[in-house]
Amino acid sequence: MQLRSVLHRRLSGEHGEFVYLANSAAILRLDAATAAVLDAFDAADGLDSAAWLNAQPEPGRAETTLHDLIDLGAIRPLGEAEPPRPKLPPMPFPLATLVLNVTNKCNLSCSYCYEYGEDKVGDGVGSSGGKARMDDQTARQSIDFLLRSSGARDQVSITFFGGETLLNFDAIRAATEYAEQQSAGFGKRVHYSLTTNATLLTDEIVDFLTRHRFGITVSIDGDRDEQDRHRTFKSGKGSFDVVEPRIRHLLATNKERRGRSIGARVTVTAGATPVVDTFRYLTEELGFDEVGFAPVTAALGRSYGLGEQGYERLLREFGELAEHYVAAALRDETHGFANLGDLLRELHQGVQKAHPCGAGLGLLGVSTEGELGLCHRFVESKSHAVGTVQAGVDEQKRSAFLEQAHVDNKTDCTQCFARPLCAGGCYHEAHVRYGDATRANVHYCEWIRGFVDLGLSCYARIQAANPRFLTRFEAQ
Amino acid sequence: MTERAPDPRPADDTASGPAAEPRIVACNQKARQLAQMVLARRGGARALTQDPPPTQYPYGCTTVFAPGWEVDSGNGTHGLCQPIERDLYDCYHTCYWPAQVPDGVTNAPTWTQSCGAPMQDWKSIDLVFP
Repeated sequence: MQLRSVLHRRLSGEHGEFVYLANSAAILRLDAATAAVLDAFDAADGLDSAAWLNAQPEPGRAETTLHDLIDLGAIRPLGEAEPPRPKLPPMPFPLATLVLNVTNKCNLSCSYCYEYGEDKVGDGVGSSGGKARMDDQTARQSIDFLLRSSGARDQVSITFFGGETLLNFDAIRAATEYAEQQSAGFGKRVHYSLTTNATLLTDEIVDFLTRHRFGITVSIDGDRDEQDRHRTFKSGKGSFDVVEPRIRHLLATNKERRGRSIGARVTVTAGATPVVDTFRYLTEELGFDEVGFAPVTAALGRSYGLGEQGYERLLREFGELAEHYVAAALRDETHGFANLGDLLRELHQGVQKAHPCGAGLGLLGVSTEGELGLCHRFVESKSHAVGTVQAGVDEQKRSAFLEQAHVDNKTDCTQCFARPLCAGGCYHEAHVRYGDATRANVHYCEWIRGFVDLGLSCYARIQAANPRFLTRFEAQ
Repeated sequence: MTERAPDPRPADDTASGPAAEPRIVACNQKARQLAQMVLARRGGARALTQDPPPTQYPYGCTTVFAPGWEVDSGNGTHGLCQPIERDLYDCYHTCYWPAQVPDGVTNAPTWTQSCGAPMQDWKSIDLVFP
């Protein structure tokens, strides 16, 4: 029988021989002989197993190895399709997270903003049409909707987003206090989180957020130079001097109250300060617990967008920061490089995605008027609306989108080892780039593959030298 | 094969000393689940209540009560012989008539894989030689 190795990524080095299998997202460490068998069958036309076995010096041993690899799905009959997967999980999928866009106004005017800039998805005029602020009633209706749409989950999350979220602190307070009252009746615990640009963090707000154990993410691009390059007020004045003291106060109060870790979210644009320097500044100088870096979302030709070289550079810089992460992991210490931590978590669990993220599945976004979008980036885009918090989800529209967005429909992804993790990438990114949210983001394939490669090599090194570190990532 | 290498020595390798590297180690959670499934499937016949329980249970003619030709295995009639190729599937998937069609439980699990829509392309279902 003609057999062939399935789509996989091999890692080979001083830390041992590893393979990541794309059909199961399993990571195996192989001895040299087993790795050689997997590699031998990694031929476009496959290999005839009987002929191959006859040619082995120890056919009995070779057969055992081959059968182990076949049983694990690493080697399969040539041309035989993988068993079909369900198009959708059982629907209606229970909600886990609701993102409330409490306002679509912002007091900053960042030049790369996808909500206000040239790449906005909203169909309306002005910022994105719609009402500027979510009223308390809609905020409470959103909570009711989340609690009744979350099925058997005993824990749900509410994320507040904007615009600048804190421009509508009233709605945040109303929603949080209402959720506290209502959740007990449903037997559910509620987690709160929020993203802010930190310009409006008053003592009162910091007190409220830390008291309710909010997970807080601050959008900040780095030190003064970096922050003031794009994150400006409408006047063009940089925002660093306004946010810096407020961030210090937030971090100090949170530390005092032993709150959840607070992360910085950095938007990486063309010509940005090296990642290692920004990371060092944000953690050591300002005191953030973790930092996540996101390449800017931009249509083709935007001056701040990362071209091919920009992505290559970012990957090199991620590699440098990853060295710090691995060194910490080998000492059994945590490190705040959030992108790598998240990737290692997914690698260790063996996450295999049919859809790139939870948008439309466990997560939905709510506009200021209560309209439901796939995620916070799609609210107020009429063409991507999937119901309202008052009337509930338009299940037909939601399912139709998800069926179309399934990774098995993305022919660009069929031969990519990173598909269990990427599944075609961000819907909003694809919408901005190609005008079609269900398309694969082929413009950053190399970047994704490079980053997954980096993650795999870090994983192998930690697995070889301090596997105990990885147990923190295990799903219960 | 081993999960987390509790016994690093392969079963067939008793002569190479205590330090032999295991042939395959399941590193991440998914690999461990996969290895558990494979190991549970091995080892001959097991009772369903045996510990650890197998991850796949037999199904088909031994566990499904199928009353006969008057109704199909779902207890309806609309699935019978309309067209006759449809019956083939009923026999195959639920092991309803296993002597006459390849059985999908043990011997020919991929028999109908080349056929996406049986009403149109049932001809692509090939013969199976024992």
